[in-house]
Amino acid sequence: MKAGLAHRLIFAVYIAIFFIYLLGPLAVMGVSAFNTPQYPQVWPFEAFTLEWFGLLFADADMMYGLRTSLWIGVLVVAISVPIGLAGAIIMTQITARLRSTYYLIVVSPVLTPGIIIGISTVVFWRQFTTVTGTRFLYDGIFLTVLGQASYISAYCMLIILARLQRFDRAQEEAALDLGATYPQVFRHILLPFLKPALFSSAILAFLASFENYNTTTFSILADKTLTTVLAGRVRQGSTPAISALAVIIVAATLVGALAYEIWKRRSDKTAKERSRIARAAEEAELAGEAQPLPA
Amino acid sequence: MSGASGLYVVIGLPLIVALLFFALAWFDRRFGIETGPGFFQRNGLVIGLYLVLSVGFWAFFIIVLPQLAMVDMSFRPKLPPAQMGGPRDLYTLENYRYFLFGSTTSTENWNWLHIKAFFLTIFVSIAITILNFAICYPLAFHMAQSSTTARLRVLLLLLIIPYWVNEILRAFAFRVLLSTSGIVNQALLGSGLVAEPVDFLGADVGLYMGLSYAYLLMMIFPLFNAIESLDKNQIEAARDLGAPWWHIHAYVVMPHAKPGIASGCTLVFMLCAGALAAPLVLGGPRTLWFTPIVYDRFYQAFNWPQGAAYAFILLVTCVMFVLLMLKAFKLSLGEITR
Repeated sequence: MKAGLAHRLIFAVYIAIFFIYLLGPLAVMGVSAFNTPQYPQVWPFEAFTLEWFGLLFADADMMYGLRTSLWIGVLVVAISVPIGLAGAIIMTQITARLRSTYYLIVVSPVLTPGIIIGISTVVFWRQFTTVTGTRFLYDGIFLTVLGQASYISAYCMLIILARLQRFDRAQEEAALDLGATYPQVFRHILLPFLKPALFSSAILAFLASFENYNTTTFSILADKTLTTVLAGRVRQGSTPAISALAVIIVAATLVGALAYEIWKRRSDKTAKERSRIARAAEEAELAGEAQPLPA
Repeated sequence: MSGASGLYVVIGLPLIVALLFFALAWFDRRFGIETGPGFFQRNGLVIGLYLVLSVGFWAFFIIVLPQLAMVDMSFRPKLPPAQMGGPRDLYTLENYRYFLFGSTTSTENWNWLHIKAFFLTIFVSIAITILNFAICYPLAFHMAQSSTTARLRVLLLLLIIPYWVNEILRAFAFRVLLSTSGIVNQALLGSGLVAEPVDFLGADVGLYMGLSYAYLLMMIFPLFNAIESLDKNQIEAARDLGAPWWHIHAYVVMPHAKPGIASGCTLVFMLCAGALAAPLVLGGPRTLWFTPIVYDRFYQAFNWPQGAAYAFILLVTCVMFVLLMLKAFKLSLGEITR
């Protein structure tokens, strides 16, 4: 097994290099956030400081951008998840002949470069609001929410669709047979079934909105979000305050990812428990049936 | 054709298509090609309306109309607002002429700067796509086929963390890393390999590395998902029949993972060609990249129709790349957007 060992060794080296490449730059940037020199540097590490974090929080533009970004993120979730849900339901109901055309239209924003989505959103709404006399709608936040919603809704749709395709229509029919109305079926059968997918898509929508730059930089007009302020700061020059922001984002992601992992594990466990109980009940029932009824 | 009537075309055409859509659906139902309860019967009135209105708004006002408006604008001259919709607002090719010749009227000199930037962008994006595929494939294969569950969870977590770090910050990380006083240069100087700091950023090495880095994960997740669904027994069978390792990959794993490969490649190419943050942060003043040129059409030259034309050129390129991928891999669109 000498060849196997050499193979494994090469592979281990490859994995190590891969993760150094993936995480190294972030780690270097992270360390520079705690070092004192004006220009972000890791070596020599002069002295430990939290000054850059203070500077970051004192940056009024950055904090304003953060508020706008959070606000836009919430609005994008509020629009994209319902649209994605509707898009997925229509996908399962539309006639076979139209499905490919429909699919092409709604998935196209995923394959369109972000700057083109931003540009086209601005161009269309500038004309539309001028012609229809609704100029008040020509607003950075409104346009950004719409621009981001175009492709984020498609993400949501794809996530929800994946779960919807596993939906057993017999459940719906059973509810209808028992006298439920259509809205009741939707509310009490379909939505609970889709809940995990809705939850995942909401999280994904928020994160995708929050970190978006390409679409936002066009559609935000004169307003600013965290990413556009950040881009301006980075262009002006490198300061460790930007590294400090990255440290905060990485920390938040880490906490979020861990929380999601724990939630997922717990829900997997409950699901397993439930299916175990259901299976036991079914077996008991079958066993009962198999026995001849007492005369 | 005036400005306002352009908007009518932009709105009218899709409206006609939508009506055709409904007519077709009705036709299918009427002649029994499609059976079962009708749409509103099946969903109820309120939910049916919610479905139709939200998808209609999405498809038309968010996706199709803006794209058409952009294409419409790209064929118009640049005019002061007062003259928009006036007699001089005619359809024209001058914005595309500018891309090719650097002038709206003469065709004597080629606009080498923009043309070069365009082809360099395409070429580099393709190169980065191939590079990222080569980097990610072994790890994706390992994660999908021979990793234990516990190890897989750790690997996935390690991959997800950089995934949500914003593009600008990722580019910034490379600037910190590769600047003349950065740690890479210090290491090179310290080891005596070079006598003077290497200007990675000026040579665009930083930009290309930053782009490859930024979209690494766009490659690995589709690959992982595709390879994961391959039955391990197929690999075992191939091995038992004496296939060398590269045969297993070329004839068993890759054909199976085709949709994932196409999807990852499409995403990486599209994101690279459309990347704006990395060129802004890592590019120097002499860097040739297409998206900053598009950006400058809008916010430096204030020539929106020209910007729209440039954006449309980029869009057509990306669409062509997607079609090429689908053709080369003999796939349908549905298979790569999963």
